Amino acid sequence: MIDITIIGGGVIGCLIGRELSRFQVKTLLVEKDSDVANGTTKANSAIVHAGFDCKPGTLKGKFNVEGNAMYDRICGELSVPFKRNGSLVVAFSEEELPELHSLEKKGKQNGVPGLELLSGDEVRRKEPRLSKTIVEALYAPTGGIVAPWDLAIAAAENAMDNGMELRLDTEVVNIERIEGGYRLLTAKGDAIETRVAINCAGLYSDHIHNMVAEPCFKIIPRRGEYFVLDKSEGNHVSHTIFQCPTPNGKGILISPSVHGNLIVGPNAEQVENPDHVETTAAGLNAVREAATKSSPDVAYAAVITSFAGLRSTPDTGDFIIGEAKGAPGFFDVAGIESPGLTSAPAIAVHVARLVRSFFGNLTFKTDFNPVRRPVVHFSQLPNEAKAARIKKDPRFGRIVCRCERITEGEIVDAIHRNAGATTVDGIKRRLRPGMGRCQGGFCGPRVVEILARELHIPMTEVRKDRPASVLLTGVTKMGAGG
Amino acid sequence: MMSMNTYEIIIVGGGPAGLAAAIEAHKGGSQKILVLERDRELGGILMQCIHNGFGLHIFREELTGPEYAERFIREMESLGIEYRLDTMVLELRDDRTVDIISSEHGFETLQAKAVVLAMGCRERARGAINIPGTRPAGIYSAGAAQRFVNMEGLMVGKRVVVLGSGDIGLIMARRMTLEGAKVLAVAEILPYSGGLTRNIVQCLDDYDIPLYLSHTITNIEGRDRVEGITIAKVDATRQPIPGTEIHYDCDTLLLSVGLIPENELSKSAGIRLDPVTGGPVVNECMETSVAGIFACGNVVQVHDLVDWVTEEARKAGHHAARFAQGQLKEGSPDLVTRAGHGIRYVVPHTIRVGNLEQEVDLMMRVTEPCKNKNLVVRHGETLVKKVRKVHLTPGEMESIKIPVEKLQGLSGELNVCLEEVAHEA
Repeated sequence: MIDITIIGGGVIGCLIGRELSRFQVKTLLVEKDSDVANGTTKANSAIVHAGFDCKPGTLKGKFNVEGNAMYDRICGELSVPFKRNGSLVVAFSEEELPELHSLEKKGKQNGVPGLELLSGDEVRRKEPRLSKTIVEALYAPTGGIVAPWDLAIAAAENAMDNGMELRLDTEVVNIERIEGGYRLLTAKGDAIETRVAINCAGLYSDHIHNMVAEPCFKIIPRRGEYFVLDKSEGNHVSHTIFQCPTPNGKGILISPSVHGNLIVGPNAEQVENPDHVETTAAGLNAVREAATKSSPDVAYAAVITSFAGLRSTPDTGDFIIGEAKGAPGFFDVAGIESPGLTSAPAIAVHVARLVRSFFGNLTFKTDFNPVRRPVVHFSQLPNEAKAARIKKDPRFGRIVCRCERITEGEIVDAIHRNAGATTVDGIKRRLRPGMGRCQGGFCGPRVVEILARELHIPMTEVRKDRPASVLLTGVTKMGAGG
Repeated sequence: MMSMNTYEIIIVGGGPAGLAAAIEAHKGGSQKILVLERDRELGGILMQCIHNGFGLHIFREELTGPEYAERFIREMESLGIEYRLDTMVLELRDDRTVDIISSEHGFETLQAKAVVLAMGCRERARGAINIPGTRPAGIYSAGAAQRFVNMEGLMVGKRVVVLGSGDIGLIMARRMTLEGAKVLAVAEILPYSGGLTRNIVQCLDDYDIPLYLSHTITNIEGRDRVEGITIAKVDATRQPIPGTEIHYDCDTLLLSVGLIPENELSKSAGIRLDPVTGGPVVNECMETSVAGIFACGNVVQVHDLVDWVTEEARKAGHHAARFAQGQLKEGSPDLVTRAGHGIRYVVPHTIRVGNLEQEVDLMMRVTEPCKNKNLVVRHGETLVKKVRKVHLTPGEMESIKIPVEKLQGLSGELNVCLEEVAHEA
């Protein structure tokens, strides 16, 4: 029997896995898709929030500020790009000032450091491209930007380096109680017996909960749509620019991404089910219109892609973290909407503590290594190091993605690392080929070829993302000689 | 210390432009020439263009893409011109040094007397045109699909809708049909096709594939693989008109929504670009704003026919050799070309009359389709050249040759425009 099974490989599940890999227990992470970080984690604002807008006394308020403070260390250990670029919440009229000032007050109660109110002119000195109509702004120097999928992937990899097991394409379809634990039945027909189960199933966490315990919360997927602009626009702003929050969320932001693009979004719209990840003309227009208020001259001609993500909003108003009622050893970590990414490192530590006390005590591994083997970013190496790297491994001398300058060596490494890529999107998330200007036009066929070769599968079996996302439908007519 | 090899001429790109430029530079007397190709073979995009129709102007024959390329590759090899495959140029500087990498040779910095840029172009991506909907598998640029089908022998789908009527999209509509796929429709947002007329006839009409002009895609469905596409008619401002939607059950969307010259390297060298063509501003010798760096082919302007790429590249190779041998007259241009009424752009952008050998070939595209116009070049009020055109369309490049005698002593602007044909009684 496995000691601990984590259901769901988003940033929450992966970070919890990493925390638990510090202990001498057998930990398994199961993920229904073909990669970790494949749900909400891959499609959100990618912001590490300072923590001024959560209601004091809530789990959100507590974990946001704690999680934010952990980011420098965890991203350092895991070689994940992270930048404290600071954030600004801007107010466009006197009417919005009470809201802005209440954010400052809440922030101070939550323990957010360095908050400062700036006049409209001070804001425009920091950010010259912002609207002249801004009258005041709240500046939070601890706000930051990160690539959430990088963090989740790195955490899963590091957890596996420290002994965690990962099973992809493993969807839990039912859970039975057994003596001393639970039996998780998977879509493939396997059964996993585990003493402890941790529900990190994101948008599906209410379903997973209801397999074991009395229904007590519901997840309402709320869609947010975004634009991503070319790196040529990445300097449009240097801080993350928020508008005053509404009951619907933190509102439309404009922010540089940690990889140097500009991101604009999201709107907020309740959708029926977690499959509604499509963008809409109306939604994207609404994003654009709202963002124009903050900065009137964003160059939308430089949009390289748009995407939509779903927030797993709970009907309870706060994160749901803890042992489910009447289900000993079954822990919910659910309703982790914004500021979930920011809170994730703190939530992981907290959950590991809950699990540890469930077991009475757990022994620390003496050989736990918190540091992930660094990823080589060939294009960022100095010329001498480039030369040395190619000498050591000639595959680094072959550029596959022209736009982002990704080498074959990096792609092969991304496949063979722990929690490695198995799909085209998996490669894309780890290395960004296909995220540049051509969006995969050139490198797509080459990436498919490398995946097939390294995974020892025919090219026709290489998938874009989930198992049904077939890329190639067959072979061409062979003719007489074929 | 890194080695610094020197060459007379370095050519970036081993597609049709790079090949022709190399051969012509060799004919012009350059001895030490190096062609750098990032792919595993020479020939560039021609190698996946297995249909015929290439070379009608240059060879008076209808060749396939690989056949067309092969003629130049053989010639280049027979001349003993050096080339490197699987080699990527990481950086180009205005002192004509390049940083390159390859598995075989590692990292190197090379110096050239003259550089010819022949990197070609790339396809516009989906995001650039911002189609709403999901992001499933089954959405390909026409060129990527062409590579899978023609180079790998793999099919990208069974029921296909094509967005955009660029030439590659038209060619792929036919190709997919021949391979047994059903091509349901080609939707073009403009009221006319950007592709060659012959491709519309031979690739769509001959196979009963409907072309919907003034239509765009309004939705893509399918969570994992494309399951459906909705197209709709657009109004004059290119906004979809409600009620005109047509829905297709399909598994594939091919995008042929335009080509963009690939000028990241040009930018790194500080070369001035023309915002209309997306390519470098060039003079009569195809020299860019950086002395000794020349450019030709689709990196300068997206061509319709490879034959014109070859001609332009020959010019660039020839003049690069002259530059390397100190035979080009430096200095500011005598004439600047201007795209006047009805003309979108003109290449070259500037002319130093003293460097012209016989004539200058002005290449241009019109802004919209029209009939019975005079294509006119004027210097002030003076008529320099007039050509009557029965049919003009943005999809087909126009060219006007002006003999050097007509330009001697002129300075200032050369204005190219469309004028009405005077009614003759």
